[in-house]
Amino acid sequence: MKILAIASTGGHWIQLLRLKPAFQDNDVVFVSTKPNFASTVKGYDFHAVPDASRWNKMELIRSFFKVWKLISTTKPDVIITTGAAPGLMAIIVGKIRNIKTVWVDSIANAEKLSMSGRLATYFSDKVYTQWLHLANDKVVFSGNIIQ
Amino acid sequence: MIFVTTGTQIPFDRLIRAIDEVHPYLGDVELIVQVAESVYKAENFKIQEFIAPKEFDDYFDRAELIISHAGMGTIISAFVKNKPILVMPRLAKYGEHRNDHQLATATRFDELGYINVAYTEEELKEKLKSLQRTPLKPLFNIDDYASKELISSLQSFINLK
Repeated sequence: MKILAIASTGGHWIQLLRLKPAFQDNDVVFVSTKPNFASTVKGYDFHAVPDASRWNKMELIRSFFKVWKLISTTKPDVIITTGAAPGLMAIIVGKIRNIKTVWVDSIANAEKLSMSGRLATYFSDKVYTQWLHLANDKVVFSGNIIQ
Repeated sequence: MIFVTTGTQIPFDRLIRAIDEVHPYLGDVELIVQVAESVYKAENFKIQEFIAPKEFDDYFDRAELIISHAGMGTIISAFVKNKPILVMPRLAKYGEHRNDHQLATATRFDELGYINVAYTEEELKEKLKSLQRTPLKPLFNIDDYASKELISSLQSFINLK
């Protein structure tokens, strides 16, 4: 099984790395928005895509094509993300290309799911929240990234 | 050393100004301050815009106290490295973030007793003024990975044929 694990910078990336034990015995390709993050996943295949966190239209399109190309060349069986925008793009590409997808909404979203997370519920095979009170028929709670 | 870190995208002048104003009360403690695109010019310390991951880790390890916005990256790192952390949430009404999710996160973690929170500049200054008398302690410590429940749920979904 090949896993593409993707997240933008800051808290999203740190949360993705805390899921690493779930990837064991599989090939993992890590993707983020800062090239120097390669140093945080030494020994793994790593790629950087342009950041689109500010929802700038041109950036968004450029980022989407980069994500599309990356998924075409790496051919993952599973796509997993902790957000935000690049993760949502990967989920959408996954949906189009019939790849299994998982969205883990950031623990920062304690009051409601993130906007990207809400969009992900339309495209992703599975969506997790990290807060029990936010779980519903589309969004699963099964613990969180801190304990 | 006190490490002040506020993310790499949006300034957080309210926090920096409050620390600058309360600086005389902090004693001769070293301050390392990271903030993006700060408009406010601090009088009492230098500001770094961006810190490389390796250097960031070193500062974090050396710090006796972390002061930050309510960003999960910093909060999680404080839990892992068992550091006391004092957070002030960014608020949308001051243009410090797109929405008030930092306030929601800070409130939840405060209720759980995991972090020290200053909801206003005044509260931040009060907490910093009393620091020499009553140092803040780490309130919550975790290891390197997510809960077993989440890991095993993900694993079974990933490996599902």
